Amino acid sequence: MSGAGIPRLRLAGISRRYGDIQANDGIDLTIMPGQVHALLGENGSGKSTLSRIICGITRPDAGGIEWDGRAVSFANAAAARELGIGMVFQHFALFESLTVAENIQLALPRAAGGGALTQRIEEVSRRYGLPLDPRQQVATLSAGERQRVEIVRCLLGAPRLLVLDEPTSVLSPAAIQSLFETLRQLAGEGVSILFISHKLDEVRALCGHATVLRAGRVTGEADPRTTSSAELLRMMLGEDPATCLLTPREPGAAVFELRGFSLPADDPFGTSLRDIDLRLHAGEILGLAGISGNGQRELVAALSGERRGGSGSLRIVGEECAQLPVAARRALGFALVPEERLGRGAVPAMSLADNTLLTGARHGLAKAGFVDSAATRERARGIIERWGVRGGGPTALAAQLSGGNLQKFIVGREVGLSPRVLVVAQPTWGVDAGAAQQIRQRLLDLRDAGGGVLVISEDLDELFQVSDRIAVINHGRISAAQPAAATSLQGLGELMSAGTFTRG
Amino acid sequence: MSLDYCIALCTATVVAATPLVFAGLGELVAERAGVLNLGVEGMMLSGALAAFVASVTGGGLLLGFLAGALAGLVMSLLFGLLTLRLGTNQVATGLALTLFGGGLSACLGRGYAGLPGKALPPLQLPLLSDLPVLGPLLFRYDAAVYGSLLLVAGVSWVLFRTRLGLVLRAVGESPQVADALGHPVTALRWGAVAFGGMLAGLGGAYLSTAVTPMWAEGISAGRGWIALALVVFAIWKPWRVLFGAWLFGGMTVLQLHAQALGIAVPGEFLSMLPYLATILVLVLICRNPRLLRLNQPAALGRVFQRER
Amino acid sequence: MALTLIACFAALQMPPLHALYAIFIQPLASAYGLGEWLLKATPLMLCGLGLSLGFRANVWNIGAEGQLTMGAIAGGGVALYIAPGLGPWGMPAMLLAGMAGGMLWAAIPALLRTRFHTSEILTSLMLVYVAQLLLAWLMVGRWQDPQGFNFPQSRAFDEALILPLLADGQRATVALYGALALAVAAWIFIRHSFAGYTMLVAGMAPAAARYAGFSESRSIWWGMLIGGATAGLAGIAEIAGPIGRLQPSISPGYGFAAIIVAFVGRLHPLGVVLAALLMSLLYLGGEAAQLELGLPAAVTGVFQGLLLFYLLAADHFAGLRLVRRPARAIA
Repeated sequence: MSGAGIPRLRLAGISRRYGDIQANDGIDLTIMPGQVHALLGENGSGKSTLSRIICGITRPDAGGIEWDGRAVSFANAAAARELGIGMVFQHFALFESLTVAENIQLALPRAAGGGALTQRIEEVSRRYGLPLDPRQQVATLSAGERQRVEIVRCLLGAPRLLVLDEPTSVLSPAAIQSLFETLRQLAGEGVSILFISHKLDEVRALCGHATVLRAGRVTGEADPRTTSSAELLRMMLGEDPATCLLTPREPGAAVFELRGFSLPADDPFGTSLRDIDLRLHAGEILGLAGISGNGQRELVAALSGERRGGSGSLRIVGEECAQLPVAARRALGFALVPEERLGRGAVPAMSLADNTLLTGARHGLAKAGFVDSAATRERARGIIERWGVRGGGPTALAAQLSGGNLQKFIVGREVGLSPRVLVVAQPTWGVDAGAAQQIRQRLLDLRDAGGGVLVISEDLDELFQVSDRIAVINHGRISAAQPAAATSLQGLGELMSAGTFTRG
Repeated sequence: MSLDYCIALCTATVVAATPLVFAGLGELVAERAGVLNLGVEGMMLSGALAAFVASVTGGGLLLGFLAGALAGLVMSLLFGLLTLRLGTNQVATGLALTLFGGGLSACLGRGYAGLPGKALPPLQLPLLSDLPVLGPLLFRYDAAVYGSLLLVAGVSWVLFRTRLGLVLRAVGESPQVADALGHPVTALRWGAVAFGGMLAGLGGAYLSTAVTPMWAEGISAGRGWIALALVVFAIWKPWRVLFGAWLFGGMTVLQLHAQALGIAVPGEFLSMLPYLATILVLVLICRNPRLLRLNQPAALGRVFQRER
Repeated sequence: MALTLIACFAALQMPPLHALYAIFIQPLASAYGLGEWLLKATPLMLCGLGLSLGFRANVWNIGAEGQLTMGAIAGGGVALYIAPGLGPWGMPAMLLAGMAGGMLWAAIPALLRTRFHTSEILTSLMLVYVAQLLLAWLMVGRWQDPQGFNFPQSRAFDEALILPLLADGQRATVALYGALALAVAAWIFIRHSFAGYTMLVAGMAPAAARYAGFSESRSIWWGMLIGGATAGLAGIAEIAGPIGRLQPSISPGYGFAAIIVAFVGRLHPLGVVLAALLMSLLYLGGEAAQLELGLPAAVTGVFQGLLLFYLLAADHFAGLRLVRRPARAIA
């Protein structure tokens, strides 16, 4: 391609701090025209912050940006887009209540809606193999389709640099393949691509250059196709990661059991649960794989009692519970680590001690309607010490903790209740590698102590690491759980991406 | 009951509804942008006083309406300063605005209570106004009534047919996403709040120059709050604000004409009607959460502050 | 705030310092004046305490004025027609009826919110007008004093049903003690009770409350009913105090001012007590402004609005959120 000498984008010494956390620390990065460049790093290594800086959403505290050899600074996202920087977000930046065409129109400066735009959308989606109906409401689209909207939206702006932040995390293997083909086609046309990921195999398959981040700093640059996995992992993680060892264990009695359970969505943008059969035993970890938005949220709410009702049978430790409120289910030994840590798993503006009371009141922290403050503080201190929660003592506000430390606190709090059933949604999402390992280990400890654990995760590696059995949720249905040892990544991928599947 | 009387009732309904149309429409735009301004009552009162004072002190009615809109605008800018600039809680700030507007208008209007006001004259449209039945029913209103109808059509068109409207709705649904796409979220919210304030001011102006051409402390008598309820009733759709306003206008008129219509209920109970009807209407709409979820701006009432 | 007021007075062509003195200092210069100060602070305290508990739970009851009116109607009805036959039980019966009246009026928005998801902001406010119209109707109809020369008011209550005064030579009643006791109770409730904790969680993070199994509707019911009860008590205490009979206008907007009192008091009982004293001073100032400076009584509304604006803005500049709940409210 032309202009081989001048980088399309050059970052020099980019730094950005959030409170106590140095998210980016003197980052240098150079992307050439037509290059597919990987930004590799663990969750929390500063990739998302860097991508937001590149796209003009966040401003760096220090450092310079050069575009086609000229120094630039972005006042906002529109200014970056004007230059030709397009971004596909990790969590879709779409308006649910608007149509595909309206969403796309919103991203194009001064574009008129109507027929002409519809035509352009159809044109682009044909050319790059991204089928879309411009008139459909976004709320009704699947995750894969939403990503297509995002990509088409970027492409219509004729980008010269396309930034994709963890684009595959919500995609099925087949969709990943077609995404890669689209990206290669774009690179062939001279578009630079910054592919942000923590998945080595994907980076290998797609990218010719990789910049590796750890803890906000660049720890290496490499050609991922010729560098060994061990070497890349060392750059990402710093040391050899420990692994969990799953010792086989004889499962006990069922601690929860769903039979023919259905629950219609209560939200027009939600997923209905359909005819679910699922059983979790004492002393077992059951992994639930699936692309997010396929009914995980609804399943968690149905199990916890945050949503009651539904048809069919839902038993927790043998008791029929579909109509029981949250408190009654917790009294049976149910505990939950929800996906949303701030605002659901913890009250942001309350201290850790007060947050201990959230689920601990029924476990001796409140008597005769009055709170035992001393015992509550003590319990909180215990969790903080045992789990190495950093960021202040029992009086620190939940909102002041980093994501990983808060998650350790919440998992610690729930595991500390010695539940008979623990449901954990996305246990290590946004958690640093060390904490993630610790959390997984504690889940295994709980299992070995005879508790039943349901782990819901998008991270298949994680599920293989901790699960005795694995099931897949797709379109509100759940496949028959298989022993993890007898399950292949390929097989899971097929179940996750299938339009419908017959239950085994 | 004679035909003439029927027509009189209908026209009175439209007149009584017009302040609600203005105020409700303005609030609708603000809420579509995600801003809940509970200060409508205070803005209406300010507008009513400003319009009354400007028109009786020799400014004429046009200037009166301008003054009303300006007063509403100033009040809404105060609200914007607090909620949009300083990020205060919208509910509390709106309440403060209502109390402030009520107090300030009463305070500044002390010399004007009881003075005879100027009434907005009905238009005389050639030919049309002289039509039998249709003439008095449709073509003898004052200019502001027709203006309010045009505004409904205009707001509806802008919201659903233009890029500006699309961006505004997007801002009300998810300011974070709109910001990420480079839309000026805060500027749009300022615009929507200011528009809402001007319209609330116009509603107040109509109140003190057409519905009851006079000034009295608390002249709006809860209409600002009813306008807020109207927006919910209208599930954030402009044309439904118009129909809702007619419904409430009808209620007010019914109350005034009850005796003539031979309804033997104490006046106090008839006066309760608009308030009770508001509650009833809210219940009817809100009991269907699905309807609300699909139409209510998702970010309504939430503070948005751009990351720096 | 003071600067703004000075600017206002200057704009109204009044000597600012004189105006400030006339409004805020002079009224407190006599025993009678001090009594008036406490007299007006009492209903503000009562309503403000009840509302602040609800606001902590994100229950936006802004209809305390209506609940106050209903408290006066219910308590007044008992005082007129039932209590005289109850001997020593008359007074408690009257006060309980007042609280029940306020609770009943607050129960309507609570029911509509929990059953039909209807915003309590609008419904509680609409019911203010309804309650006031109901009272107006009673005062010209069934409950009108037959010997009252056709004035719209009831006959005077029995002497035994009038609340005792704090001291002679002024008008404040023992209701003040009730308000202070309530402040202590509210403090214990929010700081040590589990119910208070659950309401706080419901207000700060509704999803966390659902997660923990704290019933949202219970929190709404509690928030509304407590507010209704205290407002109702304020209503009956007003008419069984200096007024001594039912009349169409019983409150110069205490129920609305109490919203500001609750916020200015930072939703904390002690803060509410102090804020009520401040707000009461604003009322006295408003009256003084009327007498001394020829301003209408509504100038109080201006003071109130300004006060809340300043508070909201000050919170921002202090880098705090609007409702800064103490971090260690419970533990």
